[in-house]
Amino acid sequence: MFLIKANFTMKNENKVQYIFGIADNALILGQRLSELCGHGPNLETDIAMTNMALDLLGQTRSYYQYAAQLTEGEKTEDDIAFLRTERQYKNVLLVEQPNRHFGYVITRQFFYDVFHLLFLRELENSTDSTLAAIAKKGIKEVSYHQRFSSDWMKRLGDGTKESHEKVQEAVDDLWRFTDELFHMTADDTLAVEHHIGIDVKTLKDRYYQIVSEILEEATLKVPETKWFQKGGKQGIHSEHMGYLLSDLQYMQRTYPNMKW
Amino acid sequence: MSEKEIKNLEEIFDQRIARDEKIEPKDWMPEKYRKTHIRQISQHAHSEIVGMLPEGNWISRAPSMRRKVALLAKVQDEAGHGLYLYSACETLGISRDELYDQLHTGKAKYSSIFNYPTITWADIGAIGWLVDGAAIINQVPLCSTSYGPYARAMVRVCKEESFHQRQGYEIMMTLAKGTPEQKAMAQDALDRWWWPALMMLGPTDAESVHTEQSMKWKLKRKTNDELRQQFIDQTVPQADLIGLTIPDANLKWNEETNHYDFGEIDWDEFWQVVKGHGPCNKERLSARVNAWEEGKWVRDAAMAYAKKEEDKKLKKAI
Amino acid sequence: MKNNWPLWEVFVRSKNGLEHRHFGSLHAADAEMALENARDVYTRRNEGVSIWVVESKNITASNPDNSEELFDPAHDKVYRHPTFYTLPDEVKHM
Repeated sequence: MFLIKANFTMKNENKVQYIFGIADNALILGQRLSELCGHGPNLETDIAMTNMALDLLGQTRSYYQYAAQLTEGEKTEDDIAFLRTERQYKNVLLVEQPNRHFGYVITRQFFYDVFHLLFLRELENSTDSTLAAIAKKGIKEVSYHQRFSSDWMKRLGDGTKESHEKVQEAVDDLWRFTDELFHMTADDTLAVEHHIGIDVKTLKDRYYQIVSEILEEATLKVPETKWFQKGGKQGIHSEHMGYLLSDLQYMQRTYPNMKW
Repeated sequence: MSEKEIKNLEEIFDQRIARDEKIEPKDWMPEKYRKTHIRQISQHAHSEIVGMLPEGNWISRAPSMRRKVALLAKVQDEAGHGLYLYSACETLGISRDELYDQLHTGKAKYSSIFNYPTITWADIGAIGWLVDGAAIINQVPLCSTSYGPYARAMVRVCKEESFHQRQGYEIMMTLAKGTPEQKAMAQDALDRWWWPALMMLGPTDAESVHTEQSMKWKLKRKTNDELRQQFIDQTVPQADLIGLTIPDANLKWNEETNHYDFGEIDWDEFWQVVKGHGPCNKERLSARVNAWEEGKWVRDAAMAYAKKEEDKKLKKAI
Repeated sequence: MKNNWPLWEVFVRSKNGLEHRHFGSLHAADAEMALENARDVYTRRNEGVSIWVVESKNITASNPDNSEELFDPAHDKVYRHPTFYTLPDEVKHM
């Protein structure tokens, strides 16, 4: 709902930072999911998860290509994806958490999907037409992701005793990363002021409501802890991130300035 | 059924195939036909899913976003192809789990080429160009093979496969006209993958045990040596075009035969890898076994949940 | 082995106006999953607009051994086909 037209424009460099805050989540989660390609619990599930990875990396590319355009030829899509330092990646801690087992993969996905869909449904109304268009396309993909991960939360939660324990473990462990999804950075605030971005704080209640409903349906306990982790949005990541980046950046770092 | 009756049925069966009729799952078929098809189709399926591993190895390290999504989509296609083929195989009365079991216990074979390591990015190009190139030569004739489900699966596979080889060649081409470092990387990959790719088309006709029967059933339309010659003839000019050198000192165009003459293939190496002692046989198999074993609790959970839901529905209905 | 996901047959309508066609099969624990898997496996390249899945065990198939009695009798029922009837050339729109 952006009724008032912004009467001053957001500086490109701030907008680029705002885009990183969105797109880096898609990149890093896509990277994590693609690590699983070929190692899924069976062929059908493998194919399904790779589809999600492809959706996320596709979204990443749209965002980065837009960001590259905003740098006016200074950076390319690949510079942005591969050549930043760890502190310059602005993804939340949740998405960089490793694939410890399928329960973690699904829980991480579920926690992110619910947020992602709420977020894109708002971003669709951005006054920035490129971001609005990317969001519009993404909504279709992410609706499916959320369906997939919610269904699997129920299957694992209400499946066998073993699966229940495993997925509860993942829920308990990853819960501490959910709160960060709703933190506002300085660039977020700027983007909201310019009617480009989303005030993520406003998504929080709805988010926990949806998540709790599905967890209950899945016969899982909603964790009660009030201790949360944060830092990703400021580029202060977990120890896992460095390893992820050394994989991701390996070629571009080892063979700089080449075309592939 | 008496022996004579069976013989009679077999004759009718062979005539049907000779007339280019398709055999469908519930049709009578000789036991040997069924067994041979299970063996070949499952081997083919296993090759697809084991083949995901050497390439999957580079998804997380692909050098650009464009290459990353293309590779991911390609490896995913291979999972799809494996799935189509397992499904075709299942119509012959064997379950996918049994087929997996044969793979995991080492009873079933898969294409030996996937037991070689992918050690540089250029290997991804070489696999797409050479390995998929050789595979296509093998696979296109199978689109008209006699067993209906296999033929239909192959039509789908071939349709999807067409982007794979182009992708590989494009990677090689980009490297070949890149920096000296990149070109060297491409040449090195060609050096390492060329001979295994030639071996991939199977032992020489003299040593190939299945060829004659397979020809009759249209599981094969050309012999291994013919396929190999076709592969070499079409690939050499492609290498020339991008300025890479085929690692064979004896490779020479023969004006008389209108084919390339080529050097001796190291069949000892071929048999060593086939028998399980290639550079990555152990890694490939254990990756498959691990994925399957670690996925067990997940598959079980889904079944348990499905059953609970079914029971709930039944209760409601009552 | 008893816990294997059952086999499902997948039918896809490629575009509106066409019938659903058998595309292949897959494994899934339940109908919902079968639909999702079918979408992911068989429509990766925009091949469809609608999907049916049915558990394979629920399909009753005719037996090829009976195909003579099932299908041969239709061979000589030529009167079911329009070309069986002779009309003068002058008749249009029929």
